[in-house]
Amino acid sequence: MASKTAYDIAAVSDPTTEPFWKACSEGRLVVQRCRACGRHQFYPRPYCLSCQGEVEWVEASGTGTIYALTTVRVPVQPELPPPYMVAIVELAEGPRLLTNILGGSAAIGQPVRLAWRRRDPLPPLPVFTAAG
Amino acid sequence: MTKRAFPPVYIAGVAETPLGKVTDHNEFSMVALAAREALAEAGMTLKDVDAVFTNYMGEEGSVQLGEYLGLRPRYAESSDLGGASFEFFVHHAMLAIAAGRCETALIGYASRQRSRRSRRRAVAADDQSLSAQFEAPFGIHFPIGHYALSAARHMHQYGTTLEHLAQVALTARLWAMKNPKAWSREPLTLDEIMISPMICDPLRKADCCLVTDGGGAIVVTSAARARDARKKAIRVIGAGESQCQWQVAQCPDLTVTPGAISGREAFGMAGIKPADVDVLQPYDNFTHAVILYLEDLGFCKKGEGGPFVAEGHLKPGGKLPSMTSGGGLSYNHPGALGILLLIEAVRQLRGEAGSRQVPDAAIGVAHGTGGLAFSTASTIILARD
Repeated sequence: MASKTAYDIAAVSDPTTEPFWKACSEGRLVVQRCRACGRHQFYPRPYCLSCQGEVEWVEASGTGTIYALTTVRVPVQPELPPPYMVAIVELAEGPRLLTNILGGSAAIGQPVRLAWRRRDPLPPLPVFTAAG
Repeated sequence: MTKRAFPPVYIAGVAETPLGKVTDHNEFSMVALAAREALAEAGMTLKDVDAVFTNYMGEEGSVQLGEYLGLRPRYAESSDLGGASFEFFVHHAMLAIAAGRCETALIGYASRQRSRRSRRRAVAADDQSLSAQFEAPFGIHFPIGHYALSAARHMHQYGTTLEHLAQVALTARLWAMKNPKAWSREPLTLDEIMISPMICDPLRKADCCLVTDGGGAIVVTSAARARDARKKAIRVIGAGESQCQWQVAQCPDLTVTPGAISGREAFGMAGIKPADVDVLQPYDNFTHAVILYLEDLGFCKKGEGGPFVAEGHLKPGGKLPSMTSGGGLSYNHPGALGILLLIEAVRQLRGEAGSRQVPDAAIGVAHGTGGLAFSTASTIILARD
């Protein structure tokens, strides 16, 4: 992966989310963890929504399961020719995120692992593939 | 829930704007026409209006609509709960009238989304908003993709089938065939629905609502003023609202809508049970939506909405006639359907719904949703005195 200075992080981030997109540019998926109660959360907020404690960034294991899944069969945006899969993945740490599933087929409940989709000069996107 | 004494509030007039494909009006003139007709039903004129409610009529919508109609209201609202806004406007108008902050509220809305071809498919990606950062890059179809994720999860969790979804579309069409104002009135079979092209699995084209021009106006007023009405005024006996996520991945359970809360609030206020309802107007933007509402409003148990629809209860002659105008699926969907649900509910309770009239309908429910995969909900329960 290219050096992080090659990516235009400012174009896709705000001050609260910048650490997430910086990590993506280094090929790391990070989520917030509460220093007080230990709960993980995503997308980023300035504090823990559960106990209002301070949060820190931790690297996610990159494994999860598919919570919901659809195959988009009409064109939505030029860089994604249909059909392609859009899913909500529940990370092993707990939080869920919207993502793509790469590969030909997948199902709700299936284990998945982290992959990356490049979109230079924007930071790469965390996407997933079937974990077998 | 403790029931409080509450001054009765009525819907005294309803009217649709021009519907379908509207080329001889703008959105404001459409609302103006409907407002005059709804006020005439109430035995009123624009001079009687002292509160204005609208959504999607531009920036500071109530101001723009108020100016267009020459109104100087003492209560106004143009807050946005998506397509359910018009149900919660009835809720808020009811509270304001009961509190003496206004007496006659005009709720209005019109859209020319079909003529303008203004619908987009992508989540806006041209800013640094949270949706632009965490939804748009993955190409989710706006809003069919969001709703498809909830449908897929409901099917996975409860065994809801594609045929259950198709039965909702079929039911809407059976009703639309009885409504001269419906956009889609030609006969439709289950087989034809089941070969409709997939847009975002499991939602086919036939599972998605129409894209039409349309809108309406509703007059909400006090019991004292409702006595002037030329047509039978219909009492608001229950109201509730709630909301959940904007970004679909933030929803804790995609099989449950905020209707579970708005319905509980509305039925609690009305002091009735779902079994007491004679006619239901659910916000059928997508077929599976109706299945989820049936469960969340308590017409059946969680997970049993699909079989409940397949048993035919929602069809003409069924025990819970629903989508009696033909709904968003076959009658009209002007971007925000909620106002048309209320209009049909009132007409059913007045007994003026023609060949689609539900016999002896005395209690009706209009249940709205809005946003992306059930972001919002608002439930209004109406009764004929």
